[in-house]
Amino acid sequence: MNKRDIENTLTVFKREFLAYFNSPVLYVIVVIFLLASQGFAFFFSRILDSDDVSLATRFFVWHPWIYTVLAPAVGMRLWSEEHRLGTIELLMTMPVSPWQAILGKFFAAAFVWAIGLGLTFTIAMTVGYLGDPDSGPIISGYVASYLYAMACLAVTSAISAFTRSQVVCFIISVAFCLVIALIGDPGITQAIVNAVPNGFEWLVRFVSYFSFMDHFFEMTKGIFVLRDVLYFISVIAAALLVTDLGLRSKRA
Amino acid sequence: MIQVKNLRKEFGSKVAVDDVSFKVEKGEVLGFLGPNGAGKSTTMRMVTGYFRPTSGSVSLGGIDMLDEPEKAKQILGYLPENAPLYSDMTVASFLGFCAELRGIHGAARTKAIDRVLDLCFLDKVRNQSVDTLSKGYRHRTCFAQSIIHDPEVLILDEPTDGLDPNQKHEVRGMIKRMGQNKAIIFSTHILEEVDAACSRAMIIDRGKVVADGTPEQLRKIVPGCNSLDEVFRSITRSETAKKGE
Repeated sequence: MNKRDIENTLTVFKREFLAYFNSPVLYVIVVIFLLASQGFAFFFSRILDSDDVSLATRFFVWHPWIYTVLAPAVGMRLWSEEHRLGTIELLMTMPVSPWQAILGKFFAAAFVWAIGLGLTFTIAMTVGYLGDPDSGPIISGYVASYLYAMACLAVTSAISAFTRSQVVCFIISVAFCLVIALIGDPGITQAIVNAVPNGFEWLVRFVSYFSFMDHFFEMTKGIFVLRDVLYFISVIAAALLVTDLGLRSKRA
Repeated sequence: MIQVKNLRKEFGSKVAVDDVSFKVEKGEVLGFLGPNGAGKSTTMRMVTGYFRPTSGSVSLGGIDMLDEPEKAKQILGYLPENAPLYSDMTVASFLGFCAELRGIHGAARTKAIDRVLDLCFLDKVRNQSVDTLSKGYRHRTCFAQSIIHDPEVLILDEPTDGLDPNQKHEVRGMIKRMGQNKAIIFSTHILEEVDAACSRAMIIDRGKVVADGTPEQLRKIVPGCNSLDEVFRSITRSETAKKGE
């Protein structure tokens, strides 16, 4: 990392974030996210009626499903829009390395989520007012939630590198995030294990190991394990690598 | 300044550019002529480092495009076909973004923006959203972007496309003036532009260079032809005829 890397990444970040800021996307997404995350916690999980002030089972538990739909909605424009407008040709003939652009754009979308997730601080204050919760699980829950959102976003970034259509990118990304969430569900894993021929059980278990879910729930329980953090970071890194591959294939 | 050696580009089994070599020195304006689909844009995209050549090499100012792309792109200005722009930005903020990516910051950035706004007659629309611009303004905004850092190498893909006759005249004049201390390549369908702006012209047909010389030399290539127009048609048409055999 030299000065130029940071400057260029920042320039791309600034442009991309202003594009979110100047369009309705940022506001719509943040408002829907707040409504959904708080609504589910209060109305479905009835967080106020329970004696239990843990956010893990009543608040964070909904996040993967919300991110499955909303993270692709934020990320779908990242590269699809560049392809559609043709500005990718400008960007890639500037003295900017693909990585500076990929990171700048990814961080801009990540910042949108930081705003959305940050604004849910009221629920942490609510449980703090009503009870006496441990701050550990709340912090690790937020970290887990944010990492989950980033993983979905990185996957969307990778898919958007391959298509000029935001709609196509959105649908494929949602499907991908949905599958990767579902394969971790014990009930679904068991159902698939029952359905496959004998001897393939290990394969199903192996695939389900790659689900975001296990790692997510471990973390929201307050068990802050480096392994789970590293898992999410490697998913993000891998998805950004695929983004680079996608951009290369378009220019090949 | 620009050195292209044995450039070749294949898309699948289709050969888009086949063994193209040329040099452009400082002070030269090279006109790129050829029918649609001849490989002009593909060649330019390889020279600018957007496409990776299947084989061959490109160097700008002695810097190899494949080895040190970021360094080579530093001295390059490029106007892509159809003048793409970020539709959510204003003219000034778009130019500011491009200046920053070129490493121009602070007061120098403001100065660079003002300079190109003035050069490309964009003062009136500086704070207007790119979305609301007419085609001529969009084109000039993208052109402004390509010269914001006063590059030594300038590559323009159909810079006069979609402009009205006055604007065309203005842009040609600008290319000619800038050509005195830069190396410029521009592609065009309009043959009068070759006389108006170029010191040299190259005709490309189906991926190959079929003629290269000053406009005067080109006129003499085919006996009996007096205008570039006739030369162009006889060279590129005879190629098409061969294909039909």
